[in-house]
Amino acid sequence: MEIKEKESVVVRFSGDSGDGMQLAGNIFSTVSATVGNSISTFPDYPADIRAPQGSLTGVSGFQVHIGADKVYTPGDQCDVLVAMNAAALKTQYKFAKTDAAIIIDTDSFGPKDLEKAQFKTEDYLGEMGIDPDRVIACPLTTMVKDCLTDSGMDVKSMLKCRNMFALGLVCWLFDRDLDVAFNFLKEKFAKKPGIAEANIKVIQAGYDYGHNTHSSVANVYRIETKNKVPGRYMDITGNKATAYGFIAAAEKAGLKLYLGSYPITPATDVLHELSKHKSLGVTTVQCEDEIASCASALGASFAGALAVTSTSGPGICLKSEAMNLAVIMELPLVVLDVQRGGPATGLPTKSEQTDLLQALFGRNGESPMPVIAAASPTDCFDAAYAACKIALEHMTPVILMTDAFVANGSGAFKLPNLADYPSINPPYVPEELKGTWTPYMRTENGTRYWAVPGRQGFEHILGGLEKDDKTGAISTNPENHDLMTRKRQAKIDAIPVPDLEVLGDKDDADLLIVGFGGTFGHLHAAMDEMRATGKKVALAHFKYINPLPKNTAEVLKKYPKVVVAEQNMGQLAGWLRMKVDNFVPNQFNQVKGQPFVVAELVENFTELLNK
Amino acid sequence: MAYTQNDFKKGQPRWCPGCGDHFFLASLHKAMAEIGVDPWNTAVISGIGCSSRLPHYMATYGMNTIHGRAAAIATGAKVANPNLTVWQVSGDGDGLAIGGNHFIHANRRNINLNMILLNNRIYGLTKGQYSPTSPRGFVSKSSPYGTVEDPFRPAELCFGARGHFFARAVATDAPGTIEILKAAYEHKGASVCEILQNCVIFNNGTHDAVYDKAGRAKNAIYLKHGEKMLFGENNEYGIVQEGFGVKAVKLGEDGYTEADVLVHDAKCEDNTLQLKLAEMEWPVALGVIRDVEAPTYDDSITAQIEEVKGQKKYHNFAELLETNDIWTVK
Repeated sequence: MEIKEKESVVVRFSGDSGDGMQLAGNIFSTVSATVGNSISTFPDYPADIRAPQGSLTGVSGFQVHIGADKVYTPGDQCDVLVAMNAAALKTQYKFAKTDAAIIIDTDSFGPKDLEKAQFKTEDYLGEMGIDPDRVIACPLTTMVKDCLTDSGMDVKSMLKCRNMFALGLVCWLFDRDLDVAFNFLKEKFAKKPGIAEANIKVIQAGYDYGHNTHSSVANVYRIETKNKVPGRYMDITGNKATAYGFIAAAEKAGLKLYLGSYPITPATDVLHELSKHKSLGVTTVQCEDEIASCASALGASFAGALAVTSTSGPGICLKSEAMNLAVIMELPLVVLDVQRGGPATGLPTKSEQTDLLQALFGRNGESPMPVIAAASPTDCFDAAYAACKIALEHMTPVILMTDAFVANGSGAFKLPNLADYPSINPPYVPEELKGTWTPYMRTENGTRYWAVPGRQGFEHILGGLEKDDKTGAISTNPENHDLMTRKRQAKIDAIPVPDLEVLGDKDDADLLIVGFGGTFGHLHAAMDEMRATGKKVALAHFKYINPLPKNTAEVLKKYPKVVVAEQNMGQLAGWLRMKVDNFVPNQFNQVKGQPFVVAELVENFTELLNK
Repeated sequence: MAYTQNDFKKGQPRWCPGCGDHFFLASLHKAMAEIGVDPWNTAVISGIGCSSRLPHYMATYGMNTIHGRAAAIATGAKVANPNLTVWQVSGDGDGLAIGGNHFIHANRRNINLNMILLNNRIYGLTKGQYSPTSPRGFVSKSSPYGTVEDPFRPAELCFGARGHFFARAVATDAPGTIEILKAAYEHKGASVCEILQNCVIFNNGTHDAVYDKAGRAKNAIYLKHGEKMLFGENNEYGIVQEGFGVKAVKLGEDGYTEADVLVHDAKCEDNTLQLKLAEMEWPVALGVIRDVEAPTYDDSITAQIEEVKGQKKYHNFAELLETNDIWTVK
């Protein structure tokens, strides 16, 4: 047996939707994170809710990237592919590197399985051009049954443990300590110790099987850990981190958190997560439609809550009316857009960045709104916190953008200490203004005061009609409308946001890569690969899109070549061209509903550099 | 604290002279004074339309929002701050056309809102198009040859959405209006008050049969819970059951006596007869037609939060973090 030291390894678990691949993947990433490896995960769900068992459309995957040092993406292709049945091998092999190890359950490659997976012959490896030496073929189902014969379990329950055998095998392959996995299962099945015990037995069996049977043929990979950041960590998905960010901001601001929402893929997990936490006083209302969810959140904001509404692009279309009302009423509101493939219903489970211009401009009238985009699953926490802080302190609706990739993907999240986060201070109208206050009176930074119902002497009306700057009464005066339009714009423009950071060869890059939101990991990985071959490359990644950081023009004009890479037809590039004089970048645009492939980015950027 | 109507008045209404909204507004001011909730603990939330201008004339907190969304916005305000008394004001277009979905769901959820529906059977602010309460064949600017669709009957929609409170008044009838507004406030849950209101410009005369006192004496019945349903200038008519429905009869004719007249039961959970009453064309039923207690959404959600607080061991963000699988990197 040879032990291979590697910088990073990608494992992809794949099987039928019901095979428990997400759980196996989750445990494996937790086990790896515990030894300090960096992790990044990406679940790939089928679009159908319950496709027929063993069919090509029913395959579900979970990819885990573990690294000695920081990993930024779940990886383009995998080093190890676990295929629990024939359909999984057929559909997932394309994600495997040419020298990847492939683990299959030979019990799930019978004639019927092969037929369902549309293999033409029994030589499935030959059909796909897979070298049998790379395959760890094991009668996994049989062994799971054998292992659990004495457990008293029925066959159906035994088969539910197949995923744990695969996990044990992978743990052996990566020389992982099983104790963490055992503890994970003991906690998960705390109320069903029998199930926990069975799963633990099967993991051990998978591990032992690898050790005894394949130690002569396969490699064991070892990922050492470098640059560890000590601390306490948990695995978190983007959607969960977003929900946590809202909870944290509400607590910091001392406000009730209100979520108005309507189920929509891929944003629904935020509704699920927040609905759980009633013990924190979180109020969630699942409304009759997207319109009501945004409208009710605005009503909650008027009544003094930290109001949030969560959705995806199609929901933003419907919410835009109430978002616009929030703009003119100048009330705080956070609108979460977990982007998916569009237009219309588009690709509901897939990821794109195609809502940027909708976020910036998708409303009638002059309707400026801050836009923030989260860069990674764990960054969703900070982005959500920042969105709430801006909304509350500047009395404005804020659009927080994530995407399906970031929302469903996960990373190791260093537990935040709320004391380290900046305070949130809404501009409540001071008591001494009683008697002279009018609704559109502004603070020094141009923000309207917040007078929450319940305060005597501050009764007032807000609304969708233009108001007089001084009195707050309805006004159609042309000069006043021009003034109010400018004041609303100036308020947003004046919101302080952090400077744009340049990573990589910031002093002497020949090429600046520019992106925003969920592509950060892929763009960073592409930059790293190029720099490893001696090229001078830098990355500027936008998190704050409106208002743009003050140093935007300076950064964009500093480098001889610039490429804006995004998962749309050039929306960020267009926005930057509008805001920065004479800025004509190169563009890399892809709208496939899939994350960028780092190798493709490197190839394209290198070509650009050599031109 | 004792209030007068002036404590709730603000500004000079801009409705057309003679518009039914003027009458209603005056009654609302009086009703609020009698109810006695502080102006600063009161929010009046409207959508868009002539009648939705109403919050501008209230000395309370208020919002004049966007077309059709008043019920949804009011829902958020009430759920976020259950201590607030929330009045939601819409016209028939705002409440039943563009806002129909929010109207039925507010009723279904039974949010503690006082929902005012000012029904003039026309779009006034856009100058005269038929509305979802205009009768079939109605001629308007957008239906020059008459409409080819049937109207909603607001009570039917409210009941269909499992509404627990429905009352009706005529805008010009101050005592009748104040009475149902107070009943709506007292009722915990979504309380729909249909106000029959005349548009002097685009649909003048639509409620003529009951718009003045003399007309109401002849053509309306004031329903009171627990009282016999008698009406007419000398109480010479009564409502009796016939088959699965109700009908108006003249006492002494066809063998009907007062003993045959039904007693109104607004508290009956089964809404069958209440619906029949609400849908009578003659006489027009006024007063509280249905008033049944049921759990409200805002109370229930507050109670659930308290219950879960008692069950769960985490009560702040730091404690929430600890509920996850955590590992330590040294």
